[in-house]
Amino acid sequence: MATRGFTRKTSPADYADRIPPGQSRTEGFPVLSAGPTPRVSLGDWSFTLKIGPRPMMRWTWEEFTALPQTKMTRDIHCVTKWSKLNTPWRGVLIDDILAEAGLALPPDYTLAHSFDGYSTNVPTADLIGGKAMVATHYEGKPLTPEHGGPARLLVPHLYFWKSAKWINALQFLERDEAGFWELRGYHIYGDPWREQRYRGD
Amino acid sequence: MTDATLQAGHVQWQEAVIERIERQTEGVKSFLLRPQTWRSFRAGQHLDLRLTTPDGYQTQRSYSVASAPGFKGLYELVVERLDDGEVSPFFHDVAEVGDAIKIRGPIGGHFAWGPEDGGPLLLIGGGSGVAPLMSIVRHRAAVGRDVTVVLLHAARTWDDVIFREELIARDATEANFTLLLSLSRDTARRPQDFGRRIDASLLNMTLARLGTAPRLTFACGSNAFVEAVTGHLLDIGLDPRTIRTERFGG
Ligand SMILES: Cc1cc2nc3c(=O)[nH]c(=O)nc-3n(C[C@H](O)[C@H](O)[C@H](O)COP(=O)(O)OP(=O)(O)OC[C@H]3O[C@@H](n4cnc5c(N)ncnc54)[C@H](O)[C@@H]3O)c2cc1C
Repeated sequence: MATRGFTRKTSPADYADRIPPGQSRTEGFPVLSAGPTPRVSLGDWSFTLKIGPRPMMRWTWEEFTALPQTKMTRDIHCVTKWSKLNTPWRGVLIDDILAEAGLALPPDYTLAHSFDGYSTNVPTADLIGGKAMVATHYEGKPLTPEHGGPARLLVPHLYFWKSAKWINALQFLERDEAGFWELRGYHIYGDPWREQRYRGD
Repeated sequence: MTDATLQAGHVQWQEAVIERIERQTEGVKSFLLRPQTWRSFRAGQHLDLRLTTPDGYQTQRSYSVASAPGFKGLYELVVERLDDGEVSPFFHDVAEVGDAIKIRGPIGGHFAWGPEDGGPLLLIGGGSGVAPLMSIVRHRAAVGRDVTVVLLHAARTWDDVIFREELIARDATEANFTLLLSLSRDTARRPQDFGRRIDASLLNMTLARLGTAPRLTFACGSNAFVEAVTGHLLDIGLDPRTIRTERFGG
């Protein structure tokens, strides 16, 4: 049923088929974080691959940025209701990270970890096959701290809280384990097209 | 730690009727919503609202609940008018008492406080960012009077201070509650307030009022406000793990 007197302000966009239900298109780049923006210097930065509790491989910033670089332009969708079209990223595909580590068949589930203690879970299948990267650049420039720099996970087909900012590890697990927001009532998978915002959606 | 109401599973959409509209300041109004089914919540949580046009276009926005969980049957929302916005001008210019709005929630498990979380608390709000903090202040007064709270409330001028009279009255009458105002374009009217923007030295003075390091800090407002304030808090040595943020956009 219509809300009395409510009219849309934006013209029925040309891009309507790219905006998931309940979302609005923004030209800006809003920020969602549970806490302050952490200060991570490139000298202190490192990225670790783990299987369960066991570290497999660790990269310094220099080593990591020497891995093959990929560009990816995607639409992104934040659970706080904004969507942003055609965002251009550069970084290292998860596929290339796995190849470098010689890990052909990682376990089915992944927890991404961040410098600020944040974590989020993503099925491994959603990270491979060119679907996701660890991004270090946005619009051709180093990623700024408030948007996750030095490096963030980019899983653009899921709500953006899955694209963990300030990432420092990917941990592969045999069983799915809820991350920070997933433990606090948000959806375990987070598909914007099925509007999986909160647990039970 | 998760909220029992969230563990209950799917959060349903339901209808709420606007029961009262109150002017807060120039450009800010409170809306008291009476949902079909009121449920309790944690102070600091928000509602999702969904609006629909006659041709079926729908859009959603989040608004923090400013009332306390003890205020049963109603949810108070504080809506700031953004002139170029789609939803907030609708609330200001079109919505009337008796209108029905689709809502769901309250929801959100991190930017929330209950007496079990303890204190002392440092609350820092910019403009309408005071809304979820107001819920915490009111809830504390009802169930946690031994918890020390300092609310640092930033606004442009004295007249832009949302909930000003209620907060000043609480400051005067409630033990363990202190209100400090930071007015960026006005002079301080009370000796303890500041006629300037929040910076590191102002935050140091605010912390001195608290006596000890806060167990939790809640900072809420526009992203620019929260980013600036939390940057200063890290500069003066607060533990980042004790700082929780809510960013309204912008
Ligand atoms: C968890 C949460 C709680 C919130 N609680 C409140 C609340 O208690 N009170 C409240 O008034 N708002 C609150 N907001 C913001 C609210 O959801 C809307 O974003 C806001 O009302 C603007 O909606 P709009 O449709 O009027 O503007 P839109 O049409 O969405 O946006 C218009 C323009 O304003 C920009 N914009 C959006 N938000 C802001 C902002 N805060 N400051 C400056 N520019 C902005 C947009 O980028 C856009 O360019 C909350 C947001 C979140 C995520």
